[in-house]
Amino acid sequence: MSGIVVDLTKNFFELFQLPVEFQVNQALLSERYRELQKSVHPDRFAGEGERQQRIAVQYAAYVNEGLETLKSPLKRALYLLELAGHPVDLENNTVMDTVFLMEQMELREAVSEVREHQDPEAELDRLMAQVDQSVTDYQNDFAFLWQKGDEASLKQASAVVQKMQFMVKLSNELEQLESELLDD
Amino acid sequence: MALLQISEPGLAPEPHQQKRAVGIDLGTTNSLVATVRSGSAETLPDYDGQHILPSIVRYSEQGVEVGLVAKPHVIDDSFNTIVSIKRLMGRGLEDVNTLGEVMPYHFVQSESSMPLIETRRGAVSPVEVSAEILRALAERARDSLGGELDGAVITVPAYFDDAQRQATKDAAKLAGLHVYRLLNEPTAAAVAYGLDEGTEGVIAVYDLGGGTFDISVLRLQKGVFEVMATGGDTALGGDDFDKEVAQWILECASVAESDLDSGSHRAVMIEACRVKEALTNADNVEVTFNGWQGELSRVQFNELVKPLVTRTIRSFKRALRDAGIKAEEIHEVVMVGGSTRVPLVRESVAEFSGKNPLTSIDPDRVVAIGAAQQANVLAGNKSAEDMLLLDVIPLSLGLETMGGLMEKVIHRNTTIPVSRAQEFTTYKDGQTAMAIQVLQGERELVSDNRSLARFELRGIPPLPAGAAKIRVTFQVDADGLLDVSAEEMATGVKSSVQVKPSYGLTDDEIARMLKESMTSAEEDRDARKLREQEVEADRLVEALDTALKADGRELLSEDEFNRLVADLENLGEVKRSGSAEAIKLEIERISKASDEFAARRMNSGIRKALSGHKIDEFKES
Repeated sequence: MSGIVVDLTKNFFELFQLPVEFQVNQALLSERYRELQKSVHPDRFAGEGERQQRIAVQYAAYVNEGLETLKSPLKRALYLLELAGHPVDLENNTVMDTVFLMEQMELREAVSEVREHQDPEAELDRLMAQVDQSVTDYQNDFAFLWQKGDEASLKQASAVVQKMQFMVKLSNELEQLESELLDD
Repeated sequence: MALLQISEPGLAPEPHQQKRAVGIDLGTTNSLVATVRSGSAETLPDYDGQHILPSIVRYSEQGVEVGLVAKPHVIDDSFNTIVSIKRLMGRGLEDVNTLGEVMPYHFVQSESSMPLIETRRGAVSPVEVSAEILRALAERARDSLGGELDGAVITVPAYFDDAQRQATKDAAKLAGLHVYRLLNEPTAAAVAYGLDEGTEGVIAVYDLGGGTFDISVLRLQKGVFEVMATGGDTALGGDDFDKEVAQWILECASVAESDLDSGSHRAVMIEACRVKEALTNADNVEVTFNGWQGELSRVQFNELVKPLVTRTIRSFKRALRDAGIKAEEIHEVVMVGGSTRVPLVRESVAEFSGKNPLTSIDPDRVVAIGAAQQANVLAGNKSAEDMLLLDVIPLSLGLETMGGLMEKVIHRNTTIPVSRAQEFTTYKDGQTAMAIQVLQGERELVSDNRSLARFELRGIPPLPAGAAKIRVTFQVDADGLLDVSAEEMATGVKSSVQVKPSYGLTDDEIARMLKESMTSAEEDRDARKLREQEVEADRLVEALDTALKADGRELLSEDEFNRLVADLENLGEVKRSGSAEAIKLEIERISKASDEFAARRMNSGIRKALSGHKIDEFKES
């Protein structure tokens, strides 16, 4: 037996039957996700033996990975560039312009001083708003460049994603800090 | 048609025969078993009409006693009468000492680092003690349903780590139960309420049991229960409330805790528990201990337990943050566990959530009822289209990297099943082996997290440091159990482990226990082996038969179809041969042969799920 269409090789956009675009309709994504899981989740095959279970686990895990990738703007952007043959190597490709690096340094310094601030919560809110705004800006930049689609634009898009990555990381750290402050 | 020829009597059951499926709530203090009958879920009583089975196991001169019969001996035979065993599941001996409570047992070390409890009937592991409780419940269910059980859903606290889950599954195996699924307790409770009330929206489940606290935030939409976040504390429960009250009693009675023998220790705990329960309805309660007499008011009691309740609310907040939900967005709050009867708990939850908590289903039974409903679906008695549970892992999973740091591979609250790979490299020139330590927890330092397993990948080609690429893949199944495999990318050298936690039973230990439990049942080991394989063969025949009937004609060529049908007939032959080994080999062969069919069915399922959708129609949305 051979020659079947293995959906596991489909890209996530095809799997969820969504257009290959940076903007994703989140309501539709959730709806498709539920439909897919209803058909592949191991619970559907509970009485059907270990092998069928194992296969179902692989499929369900793949659908979950698809949801996670398409849900997050950063992961989605990385995934699109990979599909377009421009994978971003986040580990090694860290050439950044000085303006951005300066901005990062200032932000990080501000973050490390939040606890000492006279009104830590207000300061935290201010920083979060600033970081969120810049993530949104990078997303818009990315959407624009992706739309253009030529080689030069995709190269630029790749640089934008790297900056986005920095900001998202910072945003996560701020959230962590917020939860620590709230728990105290 | 050819297919019918294989369905001889006794080989494949009638297609619409109801399966005997149960839900089991294996609790710290109490356990229950429930099933769905004529469409509604109910807990099953014993001969005396008792639904609740106290989770107490006594190893007496005569044999093993479980439940109410064992209860009176908690004080007079405390070394041999084991309570709250769930707290020790999946724990090591050193954990036991940090549980922050006095356990009146004599512990001994086992081959693995699992603690064994010395009793007059020999040393027993927590897994064996739990298996006794499961056996008692299974027997009750068999009597009530009139036959062998087809399968069970067993609930665990959402916050249970891999070791604790594995221990629970091992206990079920030891009790001879086929486990459809381990289900998180809060999810089970949400199912019970969700199906009853037809709720849609965000539900929070606040579950304060005897020994554990769980909080889960779920989104319910069109029959899909999607867990968004879960949190809690595996060492916080109603027992801790009792302990606070007991401390207060001891102080008032001027008795030092260190002076108590194990019997008086139990006695003060029992009195504390009684006082706590009485304060649910009374404003003041008389207290007596060791000749001392006094009174505790609810106001005083609230003062004593307030720090504990505050800890639960803090977990609640964190779970909401993880879910990205604000308290105002909660549609309903479901209360689970006997300890939610404490008025201060209800008040605090209502105050924080701004919702009057739901308590219409008995908080002691709600988990078992939800588990029974899930078991009913998994057994195929009810269509899986109607309900699907999507759960998450409660704690992050990762690996030890250089410098004693934990590198997270899968973050907490990731929906399961999940599979994720991460690449690592060698540290030294010419390094040919790599030790892989699997961790669970949220902290940065390896030593602050739980070590689940260690294994070695050998045969890495000697290359300069950083040149070899080792891909480590984590896979978590729908039970929340982890599998880890590692592969060197250049040479394809592979190593994999089913994570058998450091505190779990080894396969040998399970085999030995199974054997012991069998000989005591006067059953020959070979006969048991054969029986197991026969059951396995029946399961395969039934599964493949169902699959062939459903999709066989559509997805297989005439040739492929006939070959599988012939395979099944042949399995029937082999089964009659009475050789466990032959049946096992044939099962493996057919399973392999049907893999492709299984994959096609999955793909066809995906196509059907999304059929009719065109990519274009959503372009503008």
